[in-house]
Amino acid sequence: MSGTVDPTILNLVVFVLAVFVGYHVIWNVTPALHTPLMSVTNAISSVIIVGAILAAAPNETDFGSVLGVIAVALASINVAGGFLVTQRMLEMFRKKQPKKEGGK
Amino acid sequence: MSANQLTLWYLVASVCFILALKGLSSPTTARRGNLFGMVGMTIAVLTTIAVVAHGRIDLILIAMLVGGTVGAIVARRVQMTQMPELVAAMHSMVGMAAVLIAIAVVNNPGAFGEHDPLPAGNRLELFIGTFVGAITFSGSVIAFGKLAGLGKKFRLFSSAPVVFKGQHLLNLVLALVMIGFGIAFFMADDKGWTPFAVMTAIAFVLGFLIIIPIGGADMPVVISMLNSYSGWAAAGIGFSLNNAMLIIAGSLVGSSGAILSYIMCKAMNRSFFSVILGGFGAAEGTAVAGGEQKTVRSGSADDAAFLMANAESVIIVPGYGLAVARAQHAVKEMANKLIEKGVTVRYAIHPVAGRMPGHMNVLLAEAEVPYDQVFEMDDINGEFGTTDVVLVLGANDVVNPLAHEKGSAIYGMPILEVAKARTVLVNKRSMAAGYAGLDNPLFYMDKTMMVFGDAKKVVEDLVKALD
Repeated sequence: MSGTVDPTILNLVVFVLAVFVGYHVIWNVTPALHTPLMSVTNAISSVIIVGAILAAAPNETDFGSVLGVIAVALASINVAGGFLVTQRMLEMFRKKQPKKEGGK
Repeated sequence: MSANQLTLWYLVASVCFILALKGLSSPTTARRGNLFGMVGMTIAVLTTIAVVAHGRIDLILIAMLVGGTVGAIVARRVQMTQMPELVAAMHSMVGMAAVLIAIAVVNNPGAFGEHDPLPAGNRLELFIGTFVGAITFSGSVIAFGKLAGLGKKFRLFSSAPVVFKGQHLLNLVLALVMIGFGIAFFMADDKGWTPFAVMTAIAFVLGFLIIIPIGGADMPVVISMLNSYSGWAAAGIGFSLNNAMLIIAGSLVGSSGAILSYIMCKAMNRSFFSVILGGFGAAEGTAVAGGEQKTVRSGSADDAAFLMANAESVIIVPGYGLAVARAQHAVKEMANKLIEKGVTVRYAIHPVAGRMPGHMNVLLAEAEVPYDQVFEMDDINGEFGTTDVVLVLGANDVVNPLAHEKGSAIYGMPILEVAKARTVLVNKRSMAAGYAGLDNPLFYMDKTMMVFGDAKKVVEDLVKALD
């Protein structure tokens, strides 16, 4: 056996391990927070924005880079919207909490 | 910045994303988790911008500013009852972004540090990322329309399943044709525009076709499923760009959505395939009326208030009907009155109480119900036997004891065991059957008292009666 490992194989290694991590982390999420889970995963999957930035970057503007700019805008909506609405929801779960902890 | 440095920063961002999800294991750590998520995203975006510093940064920043502003405004304005629509809309944007990026990769692989034309291996991955993204986009658009109630204007968005003859066969043929063009794209010597375009177009159509036959009541599963797809689309793009961070983030989201779909299916007693194949809830509802006339005991809000005020413990079972009536705040006020009188008040949440996973919890949290009074089905089902009064508000199938009877349509569905309590108060608008189209023996029990009327009106009357 010789030669370098194909990048696709390395990607597959990362992928399989990440699915395992995801599986275990997600089962630990409390059901009460499943809606914030969905909004935050929405924001996280929008990390696809890094691909959009690469697509939008070339100095010679062609239709590919225009699509890239649009993709950056779409992903930004999700990044900002996803994290902020998650924040808003989680704030609601905080109310009343200090009182309860003080009482313990 | 060297490629190695960039990859290390991406590793930091990936760890942040994992910590963001880990934080959600408890409401006390969740906000810190969300902060980790934001930090990870900032690192990812800034390092990527640093790499393309010589390019059109101006355009990128403008696009981010515009998108970010829109996102921030939406996040601030959206009502908690509209969360399912918002999430569906956001899924569609991830899907569309994935498709746009894929087109840009085919057009100019050099911009992504790839060979031009794109090597075969990357094409295969790009094909997967593109069609999953396209299906996510069009499927989410339909899901959004169904959730937002656009069905009255456009038949396509009808919350009733849209079914026609040969639907599954058509989907299958389209899927095979799509894969065929995907292989043609994979084998092409040039950029492969034609097969790529046809494949993407078919994927968009498939997304529509897959979601239209699914009924409105199955939306919790659909949203979770599209959540999963949006993650896999991101992972697919990550594969084709050899970007480990995208693969990790995408896989986390993909598995999250898949687990949520599983939880929702289990709670609705449906197999994943029967939801996907759709058509549920179309022909049902007719077989209900038969049988002898049974008597129900109904009472006024005053009677109900009297029973609750004299109880030691009360469990409130909120259903989506409560949220539709916007009665959460009134319920909280009523609970406070009861607590003042020394009554133990708890809430019991069925997993499908809302229109998306965990929706009811958010709606109650919005009404400032302390989350330590709110219990999940498995945690509270053992408590009903020792509870004096259960108040069911706008819920039906999730408390239907028929789920224990072999041969009934909902046999095996996990339910809240409210029938075990000493007294059951049920608020409903009328005696209409629930979404499963079944009668509910709970309503005819001797221990049950029906309080008819709009949930909000009834709860407000209860509040007054408790004064």
